[in-house]
Amino acid sequence: MSLLSIRDLTVHHGLLRAVDGVSLELERGEVLAVIGANGAGKSTLLRALAGLNAPTSGTVHLAGRDITRSPAHQRVSAGIALVPEGRRLFRSLTVEENLLTGTYRKRSGPWTLQRVYELFPWMTERRRQNAAQLSGGEQQAVAIGRALLTNPDLLLVDELSLGLAPVIVRRIYETLPEIVAAGTTALVVEQDVSQALRVADRVHCLLEGRSVLAGRPADLTAEQVEHAYFGIGDLTQDGKD
Amino acid sequence: MQWFNAVVQGLLLGGLYALFATGLSLMFGVMRIVNLAHGDLAVVASFLALALVGGTGLPLWVVIVVTVPLFAVLGYLTQRVLLQGSLSSGPLATLLVTFGLSIVLQNVLLEIFSADTRTLDGGSFATSSFQLAGSVTVGWLPLVTFLLACAVLAGIQVFLTRTGLGRMLRASSDDRETANLVGADSRHVYGVATAIAFATVALAGLMFAVRSSFDPATGPSRLIFAFEAVVIGGLGSLWGTLLGGIVLGVTQSLGSQIDPAMTLLAGHLVFLAVLAFRPQGLLAGRTT
Repeated sequence: MSLLSIRDLTVHHGLLRAVDGVSLELERGEVLAVIGANGAGKSTLLRALAGLNAPTSGTVHLAGRDITRSPAHQRVSAGIALVPEGRRLFRSLTVEENLLTGTYRKRSGPWTLQRVYELFPWMTERRRQNAAQLSGGEQQAVAIGRALLTNPDLLLVDELSLGLAPVIVRRIYETLPEIVAAGTTALVVEQDVSQALRVADRVHCLLEGRSVLAGRPADLTAEQVEHAYFGIGDLTQDGKD
Repeated sequence: MQWFNAVVQGLLLGGLYALFATGLSLMFGVMRIVNLAHGDLAVVASFLALALVGGTGLPLWVVIVVTVPLFAVLGYLTQRVLLQGSLSSGPLATLLVTFGLSIVLQNVLLEIFSADTRTLDGGSFATSSFQLAGSVTVGWLPLVTFLLACAVLAGIQVFLTRTGLGRMLRASSDDRETANLVGADSRHVYGVATAIAFATVALAGLMFAVRSSFDPATGPSRLIFAFEAVVIGGLGSLWGTLLGGIVLGVTQSLGSQIDPAMTLLAGHLVFLAVLAFRPQGLLAGRTT
């Protein structure tokens, strides 16, 4: 059984149909990258999976359980964690307190405060600092650590590279194999296509809320990806109009 | 010596103001609710204690021990039943709900207890005192009130910094949606914040009631003290609230030393001065 199964999911963002009949499956231990241009519906899809935006229609199953209508906090217990766009650290809390908020639901799993400090060694000496004093890349790492401490089966990462220098982005992505090795499945949303193709087992391209291309990075040509990303040429291969 | 005495008395009174203001600050900090019924809740607690003492004959301290947890439960329910629904409609809706609650409470109290001015009889404890130094005499009641206020504030501080739920309260105050993402059920977190607010306001209300008289319309005039303590101290900081309460208490006490009619005015003037020259308060609580 796949870990995550999305069927015909439609989500509105205001009046806009931001996600339009998207279906996808995600197996345990996989890294799936959802790519697409600005406004393709990637973030809305993740927010719907995390329980922040209610879907208009369609279903979401996590390990066979229907979670389409559960609120965000219950999905954390069910095993979904979202690293939100823009990091969103708690500004008046210290680094360590930010991380510890992830342990609120006390879900069991491989991730402990100690283990996160091993993943990001620099955090140990800065744990008493206020989270607002960190650089963007450091904040992103704390946001990932915080999500990991909920011990999710499925880690959703929204626009990790947003506003960060490429070298920082690469360094953070280098921790992804270790995270997946610990038994976490990852769904990352990324605007940086080359980065996404590098880290993902499979990619899924959205265009104006619809799936236009899906496959393994090795099986896709640069041209196919480019066309799907920008919406050029023939996009009927997905079976949709 | 007279002036020193005034400072000491004001300091002790300030502790009570801080205890009273804590709930207001907490509800605003966590939920962005300005609770206009805050003062009336203190008066409701006073009348409830009055009725319990009169009805059961239990000693006052037992009544206090019963009333405070009862108010915590009442706070949790009020949040879940009354306030939660209005939260999604924006800050104006919650303001109107608490304003309405204030009026309802005042009128219910008027209906049940009439407009007579009452006081809670604290017995000999309320009037006994000891000599501190020279002409400075400290009443046991104000001293115990002050120590109790400090202990409660310290307790809340420990809860907020050392426990998972307390951390989640602060996290929700920073960013509710992200707090949901790490597993906080906002309704429960808000309920707990309101429970703490109600419990502290009940305790403060009972202390006020032993110190001075009250009637069903006393609430709003008490509310202004809570606002002033919070604003003077700086929003979002418990120690700021304590400092704000003390500054307010000392100012009022010094004001009354000049002229008894100056008591409240002196407090209001300091409040206005802080608003004008240091609007973030003496101790700014947040790093933002």
